[in-house]
Amino acid sequence: MNAREEILRRVKAAQVTPTGHPIRRDYARTRDLPDPVGLFVERVEDYEATVIRTDPGGVAVAVAKSLAGARRVVVPAGFNTSWLPEDIDVVRDEPPLSAADLDQVEAVVTGAVVGVAVTGTIVLDHTEGQGRRALTLVPDLHVCVITAEQIVGDVPEAVQRLTPCVKRGRPLTWISGPSATVDIELIRVHGVHGPRTLRVVLVDSPTS
Amino acid sequence: MTHTATFLGIPPFPIAAKEALADSQLRGNMHLATHTIRTKRARVAAELDDWEQLRVAGAAIKDDVMANMGRYLEQLEESLTAAGATVHWARDAAEANQTVIDIARRHAVDEVVKVKSMATGEIGLNTALEQAGISVWETDLAELIVQLGDDLPSHILVPAIHRNRSEVREIFLREMGKVGMPAEPNLSDEPAELAGAARLHLREKFLRAKVAVSGANFMVAETGTLVVVESEGNGRMCLTLPEVLISVVGIEKIVPTWAGLEVFLQLLPRSATGERMNPYTSTWTGVTPGDGPQEVHVILLDNARTTVLADEVGRQALRCIRCSACLNVCPVYERVGGHAYGSIYPGPIGAILTPMLKGVGTSTSTDALPFASSLCGACYEVCPVRINIPEVLVHLREQVVDSHRGGVPGTLLTTMKGASWLLGGGWRLGLLQKAAGLSTRVLWKQGVIGRMPRPLSRWTDARDIPAPPKESFRAWWARTDGGRKKVVGSPHGTPRNGTDQK
Repeated sequence: MNAREEILRRVKAAQVTPTGHPIRRDYARTRDLPDPVGLFVERVEDYEATVIRTDPGGVAVAVAKSLAGARRVVVPAGFNTSWLPEDIDVVRDEPPLSAADLDQVEAVVTGAVVGVAVTGTIVLDHTEGQGRRALTLVPDLHVCVITAEQIVGDVPEAVQRLTPCVKRGRPLTWISGPSATVDIELIRVHGVHGPRTLRVVLVDSPTS
Repeated sequence: MTHTATFLGIPPFPIAAKEALADSQLRGNMHLATHTIRTKRARVAAELDDWEQLRVAGAAIKDDVMANMGRYLEQLEESLTAAGATVHWARDAAEANQTVIDIARRHAVDEVVKVKSMATGEIGLNTALEQAGISVWETDLAELIVQLGDDLPSHILVPAIHRNRSEVREIFLREMGKVGMPAEPNLSDEPAELAGAARLHLREKFLRAKVAVSGANFMVAETGTLVVVESEGNGRMCLTLPEVLISVVGIEKIVPTWAGLEVFLQLLPRSATGERMNPYTSTWTGVTPGDGPQEVHVILLDNARTTVLADEVGRQALRCIRCSACLNVCPVYERVGGHAYGSIYPGPIGAILTPMLKGVGTSTSTDALPFASSLCGACYEVCPVRINIPEVLVHLREQVVDSHRGGVPGTLLTTMKGASWLLGGGWRLGLLQKAAGLSTRVLWKQGVIGRMPRPLSRWTDARDIPAPPKESFRAWWARTDGGRKKVVGSPHGTPRNGTDQK
């Protein structure tokens, strides 16, 4: 009997009888938040990431400010070029940069797919404008542009909104603040292996 | 590098605990650490007014996985395969380790980078790979500290919790250069600087790695999606940069649907590090063309999980999402630390999981674990998937006792037989109480009885017993006719409530 058959046989032999109760999902599937966008800003800042809130016209300026002088910047294909400042040296990922090349750029600017207000989380599905996963991992500064419409209340709403992405096989990266560790004496230290600095540019909708 | 540290040979819990208790530095570190995390956890759990409903749902989802494990495993295999991953099945540690070695050899690598994973610790993967001539680089900061120090993990989440900053600095200065980029000689013991040293040391390994090994916090049967929850970004490095990714995952890590993660991605970070969300969560579904590893393997690990599954009371331990909240609230763990448990799984969850995975009655070390608890129940209260750890502890105590039945009756059985004879007749008990009142005064210090001679020392070595009063309730009753007879000039006075009736 091979390992697969053996394990499935053992599982069957364990004879677990179902509890018969349906899974109760009476936890909050949505959260009624008075100001989700404001909460998102507050919660992202709790992780010591900075947020610049701007109207659509001010994005390029906010990105420039967030880059804080970084010159060589990776920008993934599909990123809205009107959001980029003019005085940067844009590095394209076409053909794909090696990990060592990526290690030599100062920053990366991307979009996102979902923001979570309660947890201050940004989610990337690495489609257009967000780049493959390595782009937002190796450079030391990540500037992420997210729009107010992309922000949902809490985790269940995010999971639901991301369902089509997952069903299409997209990988996801959920980012809540910069890379951190508490492994030495439980003192929170920023920046181990991921970007040590995370700056978020939040674009309010033109109507609001 | 050679990795020789092992839990084998660690003395049984009562002996190891005694040694740990004598280490005041360790006790100080553990007290600070456990209290810091438990306070943070309590705060962020209290932020959600539906926390209890989330716990109930989390437990129910995991119970459903157990009740339909076979079906979900087959579904998972199908969705993983459809997403371009290769699925392997491993009955035990040796089979899982061999599968990893075979894949690494096929790619002719002599090193792998590794994400912190309990499952690979459980199966001793590092030792197996090193014996096969393949170096393993642990990339989680705490795991790196443990590996470079040729040490053992002492906590599920922060495995180097027993080390302080100056010890970490010494380890980095002494060991980093032997296996790669050395630490700067003027390295200070500031945690930020130490983390910076780890960043530099590991970066060259990340950038050149061809093969990575990970575990997973969850596997979604419906979509074939694996999930890794982490803080530092070392997980993302391993999951993203190498060409080949091998994930070793216990079969109980299944979540039936993607939607089910809405429960666990709330429960886990808040219970584990006491944060609303951990810095990074990665999910991947097989192979993504042009992004990340183009060869993805998943090893589905049994290693006695199906034995646990067959235990009606014990199987709830398979709900565990390895958050370690139970460790941080446990009065026993807080005082003795993780090493005394002699297992990769310490604390309350370890005290039930280790004996079930290794088998009750197989060693004195394992059999001691269900007794390493005061049954206070704090672990059950904080468990995000409502594992009734005290219930399983008592259940396993029964099994341990049963496994030692037969042959010469043990001390416990003899004592119980004696007790039954004594308590069976009122006059015998009276006589005993009188004798006890007199004799124990010899052993009595500050109102408690300290160490008693063998075989009673087996009880008193780990416990203090309140000394019996000078006069028993029975004697007092007889002398005063239940308090009705006024006795002038009583030498003893009225017995105190409650203490005499034993």
